[in-house]
Amino acid sequence: MSAPEGLLKRTPLNAIHRQMGAKMVGFGGWDMPVQYRGILEEHKAVRSAAGMFDVSHMGEVEFRGPAALEALQHLTSNDASRLSVGQVQYSALTTEAGTFVDDLTVYKFADDRYQVTVNAANVDKDVAWMRDHTQGNVEVRNLSDETALIALQGPRAMETLQQLTPLDLSGIRYYWFAQGTVRGQDAVVSRTGYTGEDGFEVYVKPQHAAALWNALLEVGTPLGLVPCGLGARDTLRLEAKMALYGNDIDDRHTVLEADLGWILKLEKGEFIGKLPLAKERAEGIRRKLIGFEMIGRGIARSHYTIVKGGQPIGEVTSGSPAPWLEKNIGLGYVAVEHAAIGTECDIMIRDNPVPARVVSTPFYKRKR
Amino acid sequence: MYPADLKYTKEHEWIKLEGEKGRVGITHHAQEALGDVVFVELPKVGRRLQQMETFGVVESVKAVSDLYSPASGEVVEVNSALEAKPEMVNNECYGAGWMILVKLVDPKELGKLMDAKGYEAYLASEGGH
Repeated sequence: MSAPEGLLKRTPLNAIHRQMGAKMVGFGGWDMPVQYRGILEEHKAVRSAAGMFDVSHMGEVEFRGPAALEALQHLTSNDASRLSVGQVQYSALTTEAGTFVDDLTVYKFADDRYQVTVNAANVDKDVAWMRDHTQGNVEVRNLSDETALIALQGPRAMETLQQLTPLDLSGIRYYWFAQGTVRGQDAVVSRTGYTGEDGFEVYVKPQHAAALWNALLEVGTPLGLVPCGLGARDTLRLEAKMALYGNDIDDRHTVLEADLGWILKLEKGEFIGKLPLAKERAEGIRRKLIGFEMIGRGIARSHYTIVKGGQPIGEVTSGSPAPWLEKNIGLGYVAVEHAAIGTECDIMIRDNPVPARVVSTPFYKRKR
Repeated sequence: MYPADLKYTKEHEWIKLEGEKGRVGITHHAQEALGDVVFVELPKVGRRLQQMETFGVVESVKAVSDLYSPASGEVVEVNSALEAKPEMVNNECYGAGWMILVKLVDPKELGKLMDAKGYEAYLASEGGH
C-alpha cells in the first residue's frame, strides 16, 4: 500500500471487514476490502448464489429545486426527462469535449428532487464540477458522508434481501428503485448493480450499515451468500463489460469512442459537450473501445499494447482472467478499422506478442 | 509454514537442495499475499540463470509478480503441470506447486540465503511485504 493507513477513509463497515479477515487495500482514498476468501471463489459465488459488497465509499449527490432536471440535463449525456419517479438511468457527466468527468447513475425521487451516485475516487471532483456548471433554482448537496451503500448481487440476492424488508422486491423492475424500510430502518432499494447479475443496491444511513451487513450475512449464508471485495467487483464488471472510470473511460475518450452511444441522447437539448459529440456522431469515431479474448497463453493487463501485423493499433484499458468464463479477457481502444468482431490481433505481454481476438460484448450475459 | 530443510530469498522464493540440483518455488507467505494464482510463466529447459535473476512470472487475478532464482545454474526441469493447474502454487507451494529444477553451478551459493528461522524473522520485520 502506498498511503499510510491513517490517511485512508473508512466506511462504517471497516471494522467488520477487518474482523472477518479481509485483505485490505487503499482505493480512491479509502481503506477497502479487496478479498475475503479469494477473488475466484467470491466471483463464482455471485454468479451462482449471491455476494455482498460494501460500496459505501461511493458518492451520492442530491439535486433539489425547480431547476433540478434542467441542471442534470445540462450536465449529462443521457435524457433525464425520460425518468419517471422511482426510475434510474446510467449516464455520463461530460466535459466540453464530450469526454468523461465521470459515469454515474441518476435517480428520480420527485420532479424537484434527483440523486446521482458517482465513483468514490471522483466525489470531490464531481461535486465541484456539478456546482460550477449549475445555475438557477437548484441546490446541489453532497450526501456521501451520510449515506452507506451495500450491494447484494446474484440469483439469490432477492431471496436474501426479501427476508429483511416488507417491500415487494419482485415488484421493483430492473433500473427502478423503491423507498421503504429494511430491518425497520429507512432505505432506498434499487434494482441495479455492477456485476451483470440480478441484484439490489441498498442505501441506508451509515449508523445502520453494520447491523444490515450482519443481518444479510445471517439470512444469506445458508443460501450461499458470501462477502465480496473490490477484486471480485472488478472481475465481475469486466465479464459484464461495464466500464471502469480511470481504466476504460476518462477525460481523454468520448462517450461514443467508449461504445456508450446508448447513453447519448443528442435530441434532448443542449448539454456540456453536445457539439463535439454531435459532430462525432455525424462523422464517425476514429477509435473504439472493444472487447477481446486471449487466444494464446497469457493475461492482458491495463496499458499493454495491442498490435496487428507487428504495428501498434491500440492499448488495453482493462484486462484480467474471467473466472466464470474460464478465459482471459480485456477491453481496449483500437483504431476503428480494426474494431470489427473477429479481428485477430496480438497483445504485447512482456515483449512477446500473444494472439487475441476481438469478440462481441458483454462477454457474459445472465440468463433472464 | 517454513520448512527447516529449505533456504529462502528476500523475494519469497524457496530452494531445496537435491544432490547437485535445487528445486525452486514460492513460499506460503508469497502465495498468501498473491491470492489466487491464475498463471505461471516459466523458463525453457536449458535456460541459464544467475542468482537472483528473474526466471519467470507468477500472476494472481490482479497482479503480475517477478520470480527470482535463488541460485545460479541451468534449468533442467520445469513444472508444466502448473499450466493447467496454477492453483497448486496456492495449495501446495512446497510440494506439487514447485516451479523449476536447477542444476546448480555452486551449491555453496545457498549459504547467502536465509534459513527458515531467518526467513520467519525477516517476515516479522518490515520484510513481510
